[in-house]
Amino acid sequence: MDGGQRLNHTEDIELKECSVSEQKFAEYARPEKLVSTEWVAEHKDDENVVIVESDEDVLLYETGHIPGAVKIDWHTELNDPVVRDYLDAAAFAQLLSSKGIDENSTIVFYGDKSNWWAAYALWVFALYGYENTRLMDGGRDKWIAEGRDITTEVPTPEQTRPSVGHRDDRALRAFRDDVLASFGKPLVDVRSPEEYSGERTTAPAYPEEAALRAGHIPTAASVPWGTAVNEDGTFKSRDELERIYRGAGVGEGEDVIVYCRIGERSSHTWFALKFLLGHEDVRNYDGSWTEWGSLVGVPIAIGTEPGTVQSR
Amino acid sequence: MTVPTALSGIASDFNTIPANERLNLLLEFSGELPELPERFAEHPELLEKVVECQSPISIIVEIVDGKVSIHASAPPEAPTTRGFASILIQGLEGSSAEDVMAVPSDFPNSLGLTALVSPLRLRGMGGMLARIKRQVAEDRG
Repeated sequence: MDGGQRLNHTEDIELKECSVSEQKFAEYARPEKLVSTEWVAEHKDDENVVIVESDEDVLLYETGHIPGAVKIDWHTELNDPVVRDYLDAAAFAQLLSSKGIDENSTIVFYGDKSNWWAAYALWVFALYGYENTRLMDGGRDKWIAEGRDITTEVPTPEQTRPSVGHRDDRALRAFRDDVLASFGKPLVDVRSPEEYSGERTTAPAYPEEAALRAGHIPTAASVPWGTAVNEDGTFKSRDELERIYRGAGVGEGEDVIVYCRIGERSSHTWFALKFLLGHEDVRNYDGSWTEWGSLVGVPIAIGTEPGTVQSR
Repeated sequence: MTVPTALSGIASDFNTIPANERLNLLLEFSGELPELPERFAEHPELLEKVVECQSPISIIVEIVDGKVSIHASAPPEAPTTRGFASILIQGLEGSSAEDVMAVPSDFPNSLGLTALVSPLRLRGMGGMLARIKRQVAEDRG
């Protein structure tokens, strides 16, 4: 538990909302990985707390954001411009420095689309061993729906000299060969049912981000990412999440690989499995369907059933 | 294929400013997207949904006295989409149907934004342009 669990507010409504969140968080395997909007409102100016907005829409932050929050753009700031990969260590250190983040920071991510991109940024930070991170439950929409302050003023953080080691992809990231080698262990496809069955190669609202073939990785269970959240974008309770993922064959203590189209929606599910349910070995396959669906020499399955690995 | 003067002027504005200021310009366009006229605001079913876009946007084209006029509706939480719609609306307003039909379909790639905005987004703008051209063609036909 960190400082955010204290209840300082006197207004009844805030007290009630706060305690509901705290109770829900307390049930998760790692309660400290989620903070409420209430917590952020109270602690955003604390020393060492850095609030980071990460959106799908590259201009959304500029239209208004949580006062003091910095922006990290997934497309221009987390990806390497040449190799399909994430930043190297030097570039990541430079990114952190420019955002006023170092190894002593408590980093709270939030964003649009129920925190898809915020979870993605959090996952990339985890690859670099930056684990003092949290998601703001409900994301940007919840903050705004509650009528909390936003500003267009962009902060100019003091540059830091962060300590950044080599990125370790082994524990949290899966590559195509890892997927091939792990048939028989839980594999979760978090895309829409239409993408899973092979009716289409892209999400309903994303018709241009195609792969050569449509379908899913054989043996993968279908659990669309959105099943993990309530209507207001907050995560469902631990009990509900356990029911959902147990139904998909994700038991305790097993290696799990999650994937989607480019690894962003599956970062959200990765977060839920790893920190809310406490599965030790969860890896995100960021190559996801844009790679697997176009990859030479690998099998796919179509239809609504997980299917089996066909040998020829 | 040629680009109407107003639209090519916008593209040139984007390309003459430094890359790090281009998103600000796009944000300005986003803020300038006009509200739908009442006759459409009350009848959203008249507008065509641009499914190529990652965010909900609908458009409708009118041709009055040979001049094209475009209207669009997109929510405030989709500023990039709004910005693209606003560029097309301002750049094509008052053009002839022929001039709109002559806009090359890869126009979005000429704005100098390819490194700043994900390729999907620019394809979304291409989707808007394609639908505008198709509506113009149907209107003429």
